[in-house]
Amino acid sequence: MNIEESKDFLVSTASLKEVRTFSREVFEKINLPQDQKDELVLAIAEAAQNIVKHAYKDIAETSDRMEIKISLKNSDLEIGFFDKGKAVIPENIQHRKLDDIKPGGLGTFFIKQIMDAAVFKKDQKEWVNHLVLTKKI
Amino acid sequence: MTYKVTEEGNVSTVFLNGEIDMDVTEKAKEVILPIVESGKEVHLNLKDVSYMDSSGISVLIESHQKALEHNTKVIVKEVSKSVLKVIMMAKLEQILNLE
Repeated sequence: MNIEESKDFLVSTASLKEVRTFSREVFEKINLPQDQKDELVLAIAEAAQNIVKHAYKDIAETSDRMEIKISLKNSDLEIGFFDKGKAVIPENIQHRKLDDIKPGGLGTFFIKQIMDAAVFKKDQKEWVNHLVLTKKI
Repeated sequence: MTYKVTEEGNVSTVFLNGEIDMDVTEKAKEVILPIVESGKEVHLNLKDVSYMDSSGISVLIESHQKALEHNTKVIVKEVSKSVLKVIMMAKLEQILNLE
């Protein structure tokens, strides 16, 4: 089964529920165990949250929108995230050590646990950041 | 997210309901942390929490640590399957008081 669906969202914490709803609706069309669908929704929500939290850090309100594109070709799932926030320096992204128990720093860890790969690409001139999550399903 | 708080002796039970994400973590902390800071034992009932992300996990960690500072405890109760999975992914099942 092949799917390609995208949707844009206001960059805001209030959009995160809408991001999950969109993701769930797309995954409803794919024959996967519910647990795996839930994990994928979590990974997408964490990546969207990172845009709001980090790419738009110190920006209280914006009218900017972020786009999420979910594609499935055969068994290759690819999820793209596009935003116009501050440029991400991939080398600076790291999750906290799990034994260093403190609030925060788990979103990227969850993404890495769930997905096969997370790569920032510089192939979209109209966007600042383009994150691509991939997973063989 | 909605919530309900019940009191019995020195125990306050906070029933959270819905989805816990970054958009509602401040609200969740505003409900939970003042009770913890008052020295009461807090039971966090999560049976009606259908989704929790890393922000929600941060609320659990912060509540747990704040309780230790105030010589009390937070017990996380009736965790739904989906939330338990996220807690376990964060390897917190041995750190948080789960019942």
